[in-house]
Amino acid sequence: MRFVDEFRDATLARTIARRITAVSTRPVQLMEFCGSHTHALLRYGIRDMLPPTITMRSGPGCPVCVTSTRDIDLAVAIAMAPNTIMATYGDLIRVPGTHGSLERARAQGADVRVVYSALDAIAIAREHPGTQTVLAGIGFETTAPTVAAAIVEASRAGIRNFRVLSLLKLTPPVMSALMALGEIRIDGILCPGHVSVIIGTEPYRTIPVRFGVGCVVAGFEPVDMLRAIELLVQQVEAGSPAVENAYERAVSENGNEVARALMQRVFQPCDAEWRGLGPVPSSGLGLRPEYAEFDALTAYHPDLEPSLEPAGCRCGDVLRGSAQPHECPLFGSGCTPDYPVGPCMVSHEGACAAHFSYFPGA
Amino acid sequence: MSPTMCLAIPALVLSIDGDSAKADVGGIQRRIGIMLTPQVKVGDYVLLHTGYSISILKPEEAEKTLAVFRELAELSEIR
Repeated sequence: MRFVDEFRDATLARTIARRITAVSTRPVQLMEFCGSHTHALLRYGIRDMLPPTITMRSGPGCPVCVTSTRDIDLAVAIAMAPNTIMATYGDLIRVPGTHGSLERARAQGADVRVVYSALDAIAIAREHPGTQTVLAGIGFETTAPTVAAAIVEASRAGIRNFRVLSLLKLTPPVMSALMALGEIRIDGILCPGHVSVIIGTEPYRTIPVRFGVGCVVAGFEPVDMLRAIELLVQQVEAGSPAVENAYERAVSENGNEVARALMQRVFQPCDAEWRGLGPVPSSGLGLRPEYAEFDALTAYHPDLEPSLEPAGCRCGDVLRGSAQPHECPLFGSGCTPDYPVGPCMVSHEGACAAHFSYFPGA
Repeated sequence: MSPTMCLAIPALVLSIDGDSAKADVGGIQRRIGIMLTPQVKVGDYVLLHTGYSISILKPEEAEKTLAVFRELAELSEIR
């Protein structure tokens, strides 16, 4: 596939890895924010190509993983409500809540459907005019504009039985919250390529200034990630943290302004609860009052019991980068991709699932 | 495979019809939403995420990146 295969070239990857080894003199700890980066770093054996001076830590960039138990419970309660179809993206359906997952709600009779796109959820609403179709909207800035586009489309087409449970989250606020926490030393951040397609590189500017930590935007192929790691290592060696873009073919400084305008038209920032980090101010997106008729929270007010976190699960620590997956006592024994306890083992982007797939014995 | 949330893959735009387009996605033809990239043209490669094109890929930037590293790879082979 064009724009993919060229960036998987093994000779180019090895060349960059050699350059990293040549330039890296001191121990550095880099965080790959995005779960797709975690997955790709393991899948392509990139961690093994890096010199021992470089340690990679996973961050909170997995939408399924950072969705709190409380929000899973909310989605399950809405799915169980009468006359409701719950549409959800891929892996969310399997994340255990206090009383089971959306998948279990489906087994108990709820109509829960996996969709690939918000457009699919609109199609379901069209086909079932007498029923409410609720999209469990998870994701970061990559996904938020697509959900906004679907809401605008529903509004334009006069579809009144489509609603969104917005669990959408924002990257820069949580990145700052994590750096401010200072729980582990981070020398540089591999910034999420497809979030940056939308937001551009500009929103990262405060991170090097406030925290002395460099930010390099990376694509998802081996050459992309190695280039970004090389830039971060060069920054650390030179003592000059900065924002750089190593995904120029897709990301510009200002990002996708059309997408951002649409996102801002439909959503406004709100406080959000993150698994592992708790509440982070202005780190979520809620529907604006003008679009209240598409907001699941104006139609559904389920009484929720207090949420219970799965016993022994260290997803929260893994999401902050303070624990590696194999440091969790459940990893590979009580918690596997077939029988996951926490969301990091459920999602394809979850650090635990990625580690289990490539190093089950680690 | 279930789609991962931040995954976006290149797709070649084949034809455009209002807010949607027909695109070749790794050999499979799909209808995609182009509301987020209204300036897209037939023949462009876009990044496709959950059914929408989110970015128009820049071939000249891709080529520039590759050229730099191909040159470095050749240099290190010679040495």
